[in-house]
Amino acid sequence: MSVQEVLPLGGVATGQSGDFRADHRLVAEMVKPGSKVLDVGCGEGDLLQLLETRGIDGRGIELSREGVNRCVAKGLAVVQGDADTDLVNYPDDAFDYVILSQTLQATRQPRVVLENLLRIGRRAIVSFPNFGFWKMRLQLLIGGHMPRTENLPATWYDTANIHFCTIKDFVELCDAINVKMERSVALDLYGRPIPLNLPWWVWNMFGEQGVFLLSRGGGK
Amino acid sequence: MGDVKSIPSPAISADERSHEVDHPSSQVAHFGAEQPLRLDCGVDLTPFQIAYQTYGELNADRSNAVLICHALTGDQHVANVHPVTGKPGWWETLVGPGRPIDPKHYFIICSNVIGGCMGSTGPASINPATGKVWGLAFPVITIPDMVRAQAMLIDRLGIDTLFAVVGGSMGGMQVLQWTAAYPARVFSALAIACATRHSAQNIAFHELGRQAVMADPDWHGGGYADRGIHPHRGLAVARMAAHITYLSDAALHRKFGRRMQDRELPTFSFDADFQVESYLRYQGSSFVERFDANSYLYLTRAMDYFDIAADHGGVLAKAFADIKTRFCVVSFTSDWLFPTSESRALVHALNASSARVSFAEIETDRGHDAFLLDVPEFLDISRAFLQSAGKARGLKDG
Repeated sequence: MSVQEVLPLGGVATGQSGDFRADHRLVAEMVKPGSKVLDVGCGEGDLLQLLETRGIDGRGIELSREGVNRCVAKGLAVVQGDADTDLVNYPDDAFDYVILSQTLQATRQPRVVLENLLRIGRRAIVSFPNFGFWKMRLQLLIGGHMPRTENLPATWYDTANIHFCTIKDFVELCDAINVKMERSVALDLYGRPIPLNLPWWVWNMFGEQGVFLLSRGGGK
Repeated sequence: MGDVKSIPSPAISADERSHEVDHPSSQVAHFGAEQPLRLDCGVDLTPFQIAYQTYGELNADRSNAVLICHALTGDQHVANVHPVTGKPGWWETLVGPGRPIDPKHYFIICSNVIGGCMGSTGPASINPATGKVWGLAFPVITIPDMVRAQAMLIDRLGIDTLFAVVGGSMGGMQVLQWTAAYPARVFSALAIACATRHSAQNIAFHELGRQAVMADPDWHGGGYADRGIHPHRGLAVARMAAHITYLSDAALHRKFGRRMQDRELPTFSFDADFQVESYLRYQGSSFVERFDANSYLYLTRAMDYFDIAADHGGVLAKAFADIKTRFCVVSFTSDWLFPTSESRALVHALNASSARVSFAEIETDRGHDAFLLDVPEFLDISRAFLQSAGKARGLKDG
């Protein structure tokens, strides 16, 4: 994996063009060239632009009007929409991959959204901040405050993130709704993948975020 | 005073108007008996003509043609000085040198719609069977009829696939009809401030306008042309009412507020005391100089009948099944004539068809008219969309 650079994870892409966020590069690397991709919560289109450089037919949905208009002004196929309410409009198997990057925790119904991702797409790639990360735990345990980090700086009363989970929680949800995890990567605070041979609890403790390549479980 | 008689009479005669109707100062394509236009109402219109303008050069691959579809009261003079009014092209913000649709890169075509009055066959044209102006004997036309006629023009110009079809309002309806009827002939579609069907409220406003025209005694059941007159008062009222729907409360307030027109105090009369009254009267009177009253009836009717889903078993997505066209849909926050919800319904249907679609809602207080105005965010988006499509089409510079 080529994601060894020190990059701020939840932040925006660095100023120079051609530089992409570590988690975006990891996601892009999971997508086969030539596929058709829907990026749900595509922000200002950084990931879509990265995918475009790899010959991928990318589409996007974004909640904020400013984000959408910046994407469209970059020539990207992005529409204004809400992951909670607008995914139902897409037909089954419309995409090879549906990506939900750093957005799951902001949806009202993460389970329904996840199910929709894998209905619309043959595969889904989901990344989210891990609330089991040691810094988060420490803030609640010692500080007695709802955790805030550089990447999630909002206070509890004005955050858009309403459904935080840990990597462990997410894995349990995937099991519960028969979603197969084809690939899982936990990135540490510096965007570096945590070695595969370490046990799950290490991921859940030291992963600042999780990135998962998912497909439909065999039982369905 | 006290009624619309205070609207000034048109500065040009009925004769000048009729000259543009039959002998437009633009290019004209004639279609004879061997090429009738099959109308939705069941009539074959023949012979007929389409007046059109072109800008720029068609490239060797014939892959850079952009068709501009005009709105209700527009015409083919999208990017040149208007032969009747002397005003600049009606979409000079979007079309022209240095603009997002630049004749340096594209072969730009804009034709007057069938039913119009600037040179394409319509109710103001001479009916060759009688030698008289068609008037209400002209068959009722639809948006699909307009697009069918445009397709015949595009064939005549030797173009198979249009690089882009672009339009706002009624022009946007034509864009959508193009993609539904000829999906393989449209590489990209820019549909602005429009809808896949005309709403009840919009039909109601159109009916108001038509009734205003028909209530004018000079209308004479549509036969005014034979008498050498024009129901300009009725048409001006129709235009005034319609013009309000193109703006917004906020825009009217910002532009005029309650300010008085050339006076300090109310005159205690029905004169145009307020600036907004004066403005509307001017809009009405300048409109009748260049537009035919019957044509207004026919074109508003065509918009009323428009409903793409109804033509596809009531399921909008079916109209766009497996479509390869790249779409860009744009709406404006203060447009209450074609509100964002209409564009969103279109986008949902396009998503359901897995179409490639961009959708932007532009924040502005300028109402429906915003698509014709200098709204930089809208123009930037249009430029980027066409550039991106041009790259996919293999156009240079686009």
